[in-house]
Formats: sequence, C-alpha cells, structure tokens
Amino acid sequence: MNKANIVIVGAGISGLSIAYNLAKKGMKDIAVIDKQYITSGSTGRCGAGVRQQWGTRLNCILAKKSIEFFETAQEELGYDKDIEFKQEGYLILSTSKNEDEVFDKNVALQNSIGIPSRRCTIEEALEIVPHLNPKAFTSASYCNTDGHVNPFLMSEAYYLAAKKLGVKFYFYEEVKSIEVTGSTIQKVITDKHEFLTNKVVNAAGGFAREIGEMVGLEIPVFSENHEILATEPTRRIQGPMVMSFSKNIYCQQVPHGSFLMGRGNKDATRDHDISSSWQFLDEMAKTVCHILPEVGKLRVIRTWGGSYNISPDHQPIISDVTDLPGYYIACGYSGHGFMFAPITGELISQMVLQEELDDYAKDLNINRFTNKTLTDFEESVV
Amino acid sequence: MSKKDIIICRCEDITLEDIHNCLKEGYTTFEEIKRILRVGMGPCQGQTCSVLIQREIATYINKPLEDVKTHKTRPLIAGVVLNDIVGGTDE
Repeated sequence: MNKANIVIVGAGISGLSIAYNLAKKGMKDIAVIDKQYITSGSTGRCGAGVRQQWGTRLNCILAKKSIEFFETAQEELGYDKDIEFKQEGYLILSTSKNEDEVFDKNVALQNSIGIPSRRCTIEEALEIVPHLNPKAFTSASYCNTDGHVNPFLMSEAYYLAAKKLGVKFYFYEEVKSIEVTGSTIQKVITDKHEFLTNKVVNAAGGFAREIGEMVGLEIPVFSENHEILATEPTRRIQGPMVMSFSKNIYCQQVPHGSFLMGRGNKDATRDHDISSSWQFLDEMAKTVCHILPEVGKLRVIRTWGGSYNISPDHQPIISDVTDLPGYYIACGYSGHGFMFAPITGELISQMVLQEELDDYAKDLNINRFTNKTLTDFEESVV
Repeated sequence: MSKKDIIICRCEDITLEDIHNCLKEGYTTFEEIKRILRVGMGPCQGQTCSVLIQREIATYINKPLEDVKTHKTRPLIAGVVLNDIVGGTDE
C-alpha cells in the first residue's frame, strides 16, 4: 500500500504544473498517476500557441499571468533544453462588421487589465504578416507578447523540476476507482497500486468527467475531437500565429520550421474520438490556401486529433468541491489547458494549501454553473 | 565510428548518441522519445528511424524486438501539397 499526501490524476501540462507548484511550496509525498506518460493526451496534441487575446475577463487574467510565467520558466525550472518560447504575437483576423465590433470590445477589455493588444487595419496587418490575402479579412487585432511554447519540452521542464523536488510519478498506470467514506477521500485505486490519500486532483484532461464520476460528482464538461495538421519544415516566413474565429482556423510556423494549423468541427461528437478525417484535411486546405496563399505551397506531412475538454462557458474549472473536501478540479479548458497551465498550478496549490485566493479565482469554481453566478461566455475559441 | 557520427533520424539530424541519452533519461518507448527528439515527425514520418530506434529500445530494456512498438502511423502516407488538395476537390 502506498501513502500519499495528494494524488494528482493526469501527467499532462496541468497535472505537472500542479505537482511542481505544490512541491515548490514544500508539500511532500505527492504522487502523479497517468495511464500513459507525460503529454500523452491533449497536451501533446495541442497547437502549441499561447495567447492573451480573449473575450472574457477571467480568460484574459489567466492568460496574462501564464505568459508572465513562460517568460521566466526556463530559469525558474532550471531546464537545460530550450522550451522554445517565442513572442512574435497572435494576429487575429476579423471578417465582418459584427466581428469588428466584438474585437473593439475585446481589445478594450484586454487593455484594461494590461494586455498590450491593439486593433489593426488591413494595411497594418499586412505589415505584420505580408503574405496574408488582403481580401480574406476586414480588420485584425494583434498582441505582440502572445506566441509559442513547445508543449513537449515545457512539460518535460515541469516534470524534471517536480521530480527533483521529490514528486513521485507512476506511468502506464490507470486510475480505476476512488474510495470515499462520508465526505472523506480514503483511497485511489489503480490497476497496479492502492494509494492511501485524503486528497485528489482531477487533472485528467479529456477524461476529467470520468474521474469526477468516480466520486459521484457530475462535472459539466465533455470531450470533442479537434484535428490538426503539420507541414514539412521550411524557411522562416511567418512570425505570428494567424487566427480567425469566423473562418475557423489557427495557423502558425513553429521555431522548428513546420506550420501547424487546426480548426474545429461543429459536427464533432461528444466522446473520446481523436481520429483523423479526410473532411478536416479538405476544409483545412481550402481555408488556409484562401487566407495564406503562400502556405498553400507546402506539403502536409501528418495529421492528428486531440480532445478539447469543453465547459459550458468555455472558461476552465479550477476548483475545490463544497461537498467533498480534498477533491480538486482542473479541467474544462475548452482547448486551452496548455497555455493556462502556469496559473493552474499556482491556483490549485493555493487551494490545497489553503492560502488566500485572489477574488477573480473564486469565479472559476464549479459552483458557478449551479448557482448561475457567472454569465460570461467565451466566444473567442477555434 | 563514434555514436555522435551515426545519424538515426535523417529528417531531424538525431544521432545514436541522442537516442542513448534519451533512453538513459527514462524514455523507453518510441512515442516518448518522439516527443522529446522529434524522431518520426519529419517528412519521412519514421520510415528510416523507426526500426533503428526499435532495435535500440529492445537492446536497452532487454526485450525481444517484437515486444517493442514502433511509431504510430498517421495520415498522410506521403507529403501532399495543400494547394493540390484544394485543386482536387470536385466543387
């Protein structure tokens, strides 16, 4: 029988960041369990972008604080490889009068909490990304401190730092059940071990709902396949991520030289499917060739899919649970768990160690859906 | 020949020494090594490196070759130009 002060379910970026933050603050006997290995789920399948241009106040705050961490992550974590953090911005395209107005509002909100985004005309956008098709959009917004981080290496940086601080990792081990008596967690049972513990963090990404059900908790999230493709690497031609909500595309050139691009599928089923479809390839190719004709000359070398874990308001659930003390949730990122990981680790560690939470963080509680205390809805999602 | 001079993955310039270092760090499946070193993610999609790395893993963890998985195969089977995909649709 293993004993742990806390068991973290999931070794994606969220679980790793939580483990690191708890260990850094002195917590001992932390166990992280994953049914595969670090970044084997959504983290390792994500689009590798990090942005602060959001439409809700909460998402803006989470994003800004996370970017601040990425800026110093390499040194703070003492990582000897390169996390490939580059701040060459996100250029987000509007394609209608209506969307122009939404962008005006979003940029005002972003500026009000210190995010240095700005509105751009077509000409200004072309100065930032010269190979844009000027007929494909009406205006844009740009934030030069948004950018890119390598999800694999960022995760490894957290993993190695956490390991150094004594966190224990259990890979290729699947959590099967969680034993609760009354309102106290007793045990986490996997296919290999039993862990005596009173605290569990659900950082299971696409499987967060199932880990909630293990303690009788209904977390209002579902998983949905979002597909991506990568091109062959080429010379550097594009600094910023180019994105459009109305055209349903995000597309960036990563430091390694490949272009990564993805889009959502409004007909996606709510399940754990992560397969690749020809429909995606077809739609993606049409969209990118229209907006970024130069990119159309490149070869696609691989496609894949990953789960978005979607919450009702497209904002994450970073929360404790009123009826079950010791159970913590970090899920429902709606496709943006990678870029919010630094603040996730910070906030969950504050909850676990009963530190004072900032006011905004209280709004991330799961109770917001039953109490209907929050009416904000994030539209700015691809 | 030095391990530094033996190229295992030609797409990403990964040497035998890189692979051995990665194994020593505890990454002992192709998928884990891929995420750290990018092997199998280049234009050839693992057609050169996958069996070479499979053999290195098998030797390192002392298991028969057939018990060691190679890379996950993903579409497409060969590189296709994005513009050609658009041109190929019948709309």
